[in-house]
Amino acid sequence: MTVEASRATVSAEFSASILYLDGVTVSFDGFKALNALSFVIDRGELRCIIGPNGAGKTTMMDVVTGKTRPDDGKVMFDDGKYDLTRLDEAAIANLGIGRKFQKPTVFENLPVFANLELARKTVRGITRTLFARLDAAARDEIDAMISRIGLSGREQVLAGALSHGQKQWLEIGMLLIQDARLLLLDEPVAGMTDRETEATAELVRSLAGDHTVVVVEHDMEFVRSLASRVTVLHDGSVLADGSIDFVQNHQDVIDVYLGR
Amino acid sequence: MTKTRLFDRNGWIAFLGVGLILIVGVPFLNILPSDSPAHLADYLVPLFGKYACYALLALALDLVWGYAGILSLGHGAFFALGGYAMGMYLMRQIGTRGVYQNPILPDFMVFLNWKELPWYWYGFDHFAFAALMIVLVPGVLAFVFGWLAFRSRVTGVYLSIITQALTYALWLAFFRNDMGFGGNNGMTDFKDLLGMPLQSGAMHRGLYIASVIALGLGFLVCRYVVTSKLGRLLLAVRDAQSRVRFLGYNVAHAQVFVFTLSAVLAGIAGALYVPQVGIINPSEFSPANSIEIAIWVAVGGRGTLVGAAIGAVAINFAKTYLTGSVPEAWLYFLGAIFILVTLVFPKGIVGLAGEWRGVHRRPPAENLADEKVAP
Repeated sequence: MTVEASRATVSAEFSASILYLDGVTVSFDGFKALNALSFVIDRGELRCIIGPNGAGKTTMMDVVTGKTRPDDGKVMFDDGKYDLTRLDEAAIANLGIGRKFQKPTVFENLPVFANLELARKTVRGITRTLFARLDAAARDEIDAMISRIGLSGREQVLAGALSHGQKQWLEIGMLLIQDARLLLLDEPVAGMTDRETEATAELVRSLAGDHTVVVVEHDMEFVRSLASRVTVLHDGSVLADGSIDFVQNHQDVIDVYLGR
Repeated sequence: MTKTRLFDRNGWIAFLGVGLILIVGVPFLNILPSDSPAHLADYLVPLFGKYACYALLALALDLVWGYAGILSLGHGAFFALGGYAMGMYLMRQIGTRGVYQNPILPDFMVFLNWKELPWYWYGFDHFAFAALMIVLVPGVLAFVFGWLAFRSRVTGVYLSIITQALTYALWLAFFRNDMGFGGNNGMTDFKDLLGMPLQSGAMHRGLYIASVIALGLGFLVCRYVVTSKLGRLLLAVRDAQSRVRFLGYNVAHAQVFVFTLSAVLAGIAGALYVPQVGIINPSEFSPANSIEIAIWVAVGGRGTLVGAAIGAVAINFAKTYLTGSVPEAWLYFLGAIFILVTLVFPKGIVGLAGEWRGVHRRPPAENLADEKVAP
């Protein structure tokens, strides 16, 4: 599907979407990291976004989460109710958008339990945070999440002491307990062993439906195992869109990946 | 288990024990007859009181630096502002006993040929008003300054530089006679506090006890903050500020809160300091003063609270001793100890003590890599 074609689908489909990007452009000193990027994510969908280095995948996440303001275009969330380009990071997070970074970013000097405690959905005000007390229900919720992400028995271990894969899971756990409706996962299996990758694929598949999940990934095996619709980015816009088999046999995609 | 209590049982025993010794012991030794071998010389009581004020100031800096990663090199300004508010009250208490015997105007204003009291001196004849200002002036300044700086996401070394600029600007401003705060000479020749003569053994002991109590309460407040969920949030802000934003917290609000609280504590320390040293002048705003506070905290061990207080007392004790016996060596000593701490024991005195006692718990990093697969 070409850029123009995906633009057409935007106008037809966005009303039922959790996220749609419409003509988003971001330039850094003249270089267009995103070039009129448009696509739609449906509610409950699992979507993989792939593309060569410099295609604009991370910039796209930065725009959605409010880290980068686009020069042009709209980013609408929740059936077009919110224009994310007008909100800051904290407000966007509170709308229910969670992000896992490429490099696992957990609070290394805090125990696993405290990482999840901070992430758990609560009122984020300063006085509420100062006087917050964990009730039994909250404690149970955190404990349940700890066992779901396979960290039972490590509640009081500093997050910095976890293995790479465990940090990735802890960060995913933080998104889940944050009650994010839209999860943006930037390379969730980078640096994982095969077993860990498999387990993560299973976790991610189980999230779709209740959550909307957008995965940015380089690992083609992992993308294949997710069996989801795939969007290929190139030079800041959509190059192709469809099943993994469709995009892998798409001539433009082959050209881009082989550098022709 | 997440700790929400301030201390465990041993912690409370240590806290109350040290507090009791300081509050009862020092004044008791001081009121022993002066020929008794255990008698504590009169001049030492205000000196110890001064150390307690410095310890509270260091505690305030440790709260923002050690826990929230905000290295303020302008905390001397908040300390000095609290001190000036107290100084203004003490000036008004002099009444007609000044050199010029003017019932309204302090001596320096008569000397400058001023005819009436500037509006911002109104109210300072009441202690309650002065007490309010001791808290409000540093607090409001820190709130406004912090709001502007943190909202614009100024962090790290840039923040340190603008805090230096803040104290430098105030330093220059308070030097000016036109400001109405006594210019270069500042304020001194204080007579009374709360209607009681300042230069008496009982007043010295009282101020000392008040300083120790303020230190203790300040410690409890800081402890409450750092053991709360907000304390954990501050650590998260210190280590990974942008990640905290993606969790939906307003980082600037947390920073402004802790910065303002810290400035208020520094102001209270300054207010207790002034009657014990008997003078407040613009040198308290000097940028070097504020840097010295950071050295106290670094030497004691930042991010520990106790360490900050210990560092402040240890360095100031050394300062008292060295500036008396070998005055030219003091700055070399201070520089050397700072380099030593940075290179050899970055966790400060408290970190060193912890390592020696083997209490310093290290996360068992290696044995965690066993294969346990989620979910």
